[in-house]
Amino acid sequence: MEPYEVFLQQLVTGLSNGMIIALIALGYTMVYGIIELINFAHGDVFMLGAFLALTLLGALGMEAWAPGWQLAGVVLMLVSSAAFCGSFNWSLDRLAYRPLRRASKLSLLVSAIGCSFICTNLGLFWGGAPMEVFAGGVAAAAPKDFPQLIPQYNLLGESAIRIVPADVAVLAVTLPLMIALVYLVKRTRLGRAMRAVAQDSTAAALMGIPVDRVIGTTFFIGGALGGFASVVYALYNNTIGFQMGYRAGMDAFTAAVLGGIGSLPGAVLGGLLIGCVRSMSDQYVELRWTNTIVFGILVLILIFRPSGLLGSTRREKV
Amino acid sequence: MRWRPGPIVCIVGIAAILPLVELVLPPAAHVSEAVRGVFLYAILALGLNIVTGYAGLLNLGIAAFMAIGAYGFAILTCEIYPFQVGFWPGILLTLPIGALAGFLLGAPTLRLRGDYLAIVTLGFGEIVQDVLKNLEVVTKGTQGINPVPAPAIGGTMWTADDEYKWYYLFLALLVVVIVAIRNLERSRLGRAWFSIREDELASRAMGIRVERIKMLAFSAAAALAAFAGGLSASVLSSTGEPSNYDFQVSILALCIVIVGGIGSIAGVLVGALVMIGLNSIVLVKATAALEALGIGGSANVLLSPNNWKYLIFGLALVLAVRLKPNGLVPPRIERRAT
Repeated sequence: MEPYEVFLQQLVTGLSNGMIIALIALGYTMVYGIIELINFAHGDVFMLGAFLALTLLGALGMEAWAPGWQLAGVVLMLVSSAAFCGSFNWSLDRLAYRPLRRASKLSLLVSAIGCSFICTNLGLFWGGAPMEVFAGGVAAAAPKDFPQLIPQYNLLGESAIRIVPADVAVLAVTLPLMIALVYLVKRTRLGRAMRAVAQDSTAAALMGIPVDRVIGTTFFIGGALGGFASVVYALYNNTIGFQMGYRAGMDAFTAAVLGGIGSLPGAVLGGLLIGCVRSMSDQYVELRWTNTIVFGILVLILIFRPSGLLGSTRREKV
Repeated sequence: MRWRPGPIVCIVGIAAILPLVELVLPPAAHVSEAVRGVFLYAILALGLNIVTGYAGLLNLGIAAFMAIGAYGFAILTCEIYPFQVGFWPGILLTLPIGALAGFLLGAPTLRLRGDYLAIVTLGFGEIVQDVLKNLEVVTKGTQGINPVPAPAIGGTMWTADDEYKWYYLFLALLVVVIVAIRNLERSRLGRAWFSIREDELASRAMGIRVERIKMLAFSAAAALAAFAGGLSASVLSSTGEPSNYDFQVSILALCIVIVGGIGSIAGVLVGALVMIGLNSIVLVKATAALEALGIGGSANVLLSPNNWKYLIFGLALVLAVRLKPNGLVPPRIERRAT
C-alpha cells in the first residue's frame, strides 16, 4: 500500500468508529446539558445493549438465516437494544438519580459511578449465560465473538483501500438518528421543553413543564442512542466484552468534552475527531499509546478550553 | 468528667490485641493478614478523605499516586537502581514525592469545577498506568519492579513470614497518620478546608486563599497515597504490574470514605474495615468455602463470590449516597445537608 492509501484507510476506519463514538457521546451530552451530570453508567448501558443483541442473535439462531432475513435480524437487534438501553437508562434515573436532585452534584456523580460498577457486574453475569454464543458461559469474563452478519467484500472493487458494507451500515444507522435527534430537540414541543429545563428547571416547572418527566425522557433518548450504537459497534468490531463500556464511555465522554459538552453538533464533531485520532495514533504512533493520547486530550481540553470547540462559555451559577 | 474512649481508640485497641486472640484460634480462622490490608487501605483512604471529605474535591485518581509512591519507593531502594537508600529513608521520601506529584497535577487543574476536576483526576490515573506499563526501560513494564526491600529492625530483613511484625508496623504507622490528621483537622488549615467545602465564595471573601488551600489538600492526599503505595510495594516485595493501581482501587478508596463517613476519621476506619473486610476476608473465605464444597469454580459465574465485587462496590456507593449521605460514622462537624 502506498503511504497515502494507508492514510486514507485509517481515515475510513477512524470516521466509521468516530460515528459510533459520536452516537454514544450524544447520550452524555444530552444528559449533561439537562442536569449537569456526567452519566458515568452510560458506557456500561451501551455495553449491556451489545450483550442483549448477542443474546437475541444466539437465541434466534440468526447466523443460519438467509442474507435478506439477516438484515431484518439486524433491524430487530437495533430496535430491541435501543428500547432496552433507553428503558434501562430511564430506570437508572428513576432509581438512582432522581432521589438526589436536591443533593450536591458530587453525590450525584458518586451515585452514577456506583451505577456504572453495578452495570459492569451485570455484564459479567450476562457473559456467563449458558448459551452457545457466550461459549456456553464457561469463561464469563472473556471477550465474546460477535458474528459478522454484514459481508466483508470491498465496495471499491480492486482498490487497495477497503470500504466494506459495514462502513456503509454504520453511516446508514448513525446519520439518520443524528438528524432525527436535531429535529427533535430544535423543532418539537418535547425538544423545547428539554431546552427550557436545561436553561432553568425552576422556571420551566413554573411554566407547567413536567420537569422530572422531561428529564426521564432525555435519559430514555440518550440510552436509546447508546443502544443503537452498541449494535453498530458490535457489527463493526465483531467483539464485545463486559469491560468495553468503560473504554467506549471514556472515548465518548472525551468526544463530548472536546466538542463542547451540552452541544449536539459538538458531540458529533468530537466523536469524529476522537475516532480519527485513535486510528491515526494506532497507525503512526503506537497502539499502546493510543489511550494515553485520548486521555491526554481530555485533560488538556478540560484545563485549557473547558467549553470545548463548539460549546458556549457559561458562567457557573452560584 | 470521666474519660471515655472514642471510636478511634476502641478500633485501634481491638486491632492491637487481635494477634493475641489469634494465638488461641485455629489457623483457618486467622485474619490478621487481611486486617493488615485494612490498615494499608485506611492510610490510603485517610489521604483521600483529606481531599474529598475535608476540602470537598472529588478525586478519582488516588490510585495513581499510590502507584507513584510504589514505583518511587522501588526505584529509590531496589538494587537494580543506583540509589539504594534503604527502607526508612525510602518510605519517608515517598511523602514528598507524592506531594510533588499532587502539586504538579493540582497546579493547572484545581481551578476547574468539581465534576471536571473529578474527570481530570480519572484521566490522570489512566495516563499514569499507561506510562508505567509502556516505559519498560525504567519500570520493567507489566513485570513490575522487584525485589523491593523490607525493613530490617534488629539485623535481618523481614520476609513475608514475619506476619506480626508487618502487622504492628502498619498499625503503628496508621496511628501516626491518624494523630497527624487529627491535629490537621483542628488546625487553621483544617478549618480552611471545611470552609471552602461549605462555601468557596464566602471563604474567599473571608480572606482564605482558596487555590493554595485546595493545593495543600491535594498534595497532602497525594503524599499519604504515595506513602501507602510504598508500604504496599514493600510488603509484597514488588510493585506488581501497573494495573494493580487501576480505577477499581481508586473507587475502593472512595467507597471506604463514602460508606464510612465522608470527612470523619473514625468513619474512614470503619469504612476500611467494612469494605476491605468484604473484599479480602468475606469474599475470599466464601470462595474457598465454596471450592471446598466442590460447587464453586468457573462452572457457574454466579457461584464465584469474587464475581460479585463490582456489584458490591457499586451498591455500596449508590446506597450510601441515597440512604446515609453522612456515612456510618458521621463526622462530629456535620456537613451542610444540601
